[in-house]
Amino acid sequence: MFVTKDGKEIFIVDGHTHFWDGSAENQSNVHGKQFIECFYAYHTNLSPPEELWEKDRFEKYTEDDVYRDLFIDGPDDVAIIQSTYLKDFYKNGFSSIERSTTMAERHPERFIINGSFDPRDGEKALEYIHYMKETFDIQGVKMYTAEWNGESKGWALNDPAAYKCFELCDKLGIKNIHVHKGPTIIPLSKDAFDVHDVDYAATDFQNLNWIIEHCGLPRLDDFCWIATQETNVYGGLAVALPFIHSRPRYFGEVMAELLWWVGEDKLLFGSDYAIWTPKWLVEKLWEYQIPEDISAERGGVQLTDEVKEKILGLNAAKLYDIDVAAKKKQLSAAPVQIAAE
Amino acid sequence: MFAEIHRTELEAEVWDCLDQVTDPELDEPITDMGFVERIDVDQSSGKVEVDFRLPTYWCSPNFAFLMGFDVRIAVSKLPWVKNIRVTLNDHCFADRVNDGVNGSRDFADVFAEYCDGSDLDNVRLKFQEKAFIRRQETVLLGLEARGFTGEDIVGMTLEIFDRVAFQGQEEARQKPRYREILLAHGLATQSDDLAFVTWEGAPLSAQGLRDYLARLRGVRINMEFNGALCRGLQSTRYKEVKIGAEGPTLIDFIQNRVPPREPIHPERQAAP
Repeated sequence: MFVTKDGKEIFIVDGHTHFWDGSAENQSNVHGKQFIECFYAYHTNLSPPEELWEKDRFEKYTEDDVYRDLFIDGPDDVAIIQSTYLKDFYKNGFSSIERSTTMAERHPERFIINGSFDPRDGEKALEYIHYMKETFDIQGVKMYTAEWNGESKGWALNDPAAYKCFELCDKLGIKNIHVHKGPTIIPLSKDAFDVHDVDYAATDFQNLNWIIEHCGLPRLDDFCWIATQETNVYGGLAVALPFIHSRPRYFGEVMAELLWWVGEDKLLFGSDYAIWTPKWLVEKLWEYQIPEDISAERGGVQLTDEVKEKILGLNAAKLYDIDVAAKKKQLSAAPVQIAAE
Repeated sequence: MFAEIHRTELEAEVWDCLDQVTDPELDEPITDMGFVERIDVDQSSGKVEVDFRLPTYWCSPNFAFLMGFDVRIAVSKLPWVKNIRVTLNDHCFADRVNDGVNGSRDFADVFAEYCDGSDLDNVRLKFQEKAFIRRQETVLLGLEARGFTGEDIVGMTLEIFDRVAFQGQEEARQKPRYREILLAHGLATQSDDLAFVTWEGAPLSAQGLRDYLARLRGVRINMEFNGALCRGLQSTRYKEVKIGAEGPTLIDFIQNRVPPREPIHPERQAAP
């Protein structure tokens, strides 16, 4: 719960968080090492100095860290934990649904744990989707299209094998598909950050919600165009949001484009924890206004309190069928606690 | 002493060549971006070695290839250079980029192997268009800020454009770069040609200028995202935050210091 200066309570759903293990013990090879190094570079580059972590903690943080950073120090009411396996890089997976579910057991009402699958696994991917639905009753999945899998160094949402998986998701009611368009490696002739496969998949699977993390950046213009056409395409603000600190004017330009094209009902807050922590992001977002001249170029769009409330929680609550009033009541009855240090 | 001065001059010549090589995604010189890590010149044999490193291990390999080849082409133009070796460090595709760039096969052959047979020129062209747009937007906004009307701008010839002096640092920097790309693509050739046309060569209209600028802005927002991230990631790569005994206060987040890289290929590091 975030409380504004004038005492208003804002319901926060953190749409993009992780509980990962990027430690040296879990790394399989240099790629695993470089993957967490890259995350850490994002963390050190875009965080305010007082929010920086030491590398060891960043590589593998504890369950208590998660509870404290998200719910005690941080304002999150509910956090959506995404799964990312990176099986070619990490022995036990980078962030698995099993490990995240175990972590969440202390306060299950606080978490939504999403699964993940790799369409290139063929039949095994389909079996795995069944397993995740039956065992964890997942409502959503996270797709990372730049994941390596043997010789393959990436895939597209409109690959035939992916369509088989999405058909099954549709059938089982796994309706929220979070997509992280990482850099595709091969073929080299392809634009590595191309987002056009989202357009095909969103058109062909109208029952599924397509939440494109970091709003397709660095292909924001293509993403905006697609999201304008497709009613079931949403933008996740992870990665875009930390620019609010390092380049606030630039952040205003990004938000003006998003509000103009995609609209206030289709943008979701995400801290990308543990790359960033939600406290400072939410505080800064609540204080933020798009500069007048930038807003004027886009029909006067603005981050009003009402718009911010939607972005910070109400939009995600709709996608995940959260009854906000009931959830607030439930949470106030069960405050988060961590063991005394 | 004389030899040492001469060697420094040659290294400076190589550096000047590298100024011409840009990151296709960012349209910024690789020298400005801090990608070039080492230049070594052997005067007697005419051999040059250039090492470069990108902001992350995962930067797009197609751009890594393009930059590697462009470094090779640019440095090879120096008359005294007999032999050049370009090395990309710490990248997920480094071995293949280094083999490709330093091998005997030509550019197109190397790419074809990784491109499902399609042509890389299309990607290159797409990013040249983005570079054109970014440079043009900066210059157009600069002209507006200087009080030129839409009519002035859409009718401006190259000759008039050449006479405009910009105050802002970024506009002044992009002016010759815009002119260069305009001419390189044959979008203007004579002094009485229009200085501002679309990438397709169509003239602009005064009443359509705001919409046109909005489109250019969209492209620039993407490029700026990359530029800001790349600069930041480059400056923080391999840096670690140190927290002192005092507690959680950050005391040692150092700018401008890159700690030694850990050897990822010890056998290569050990070579003489």
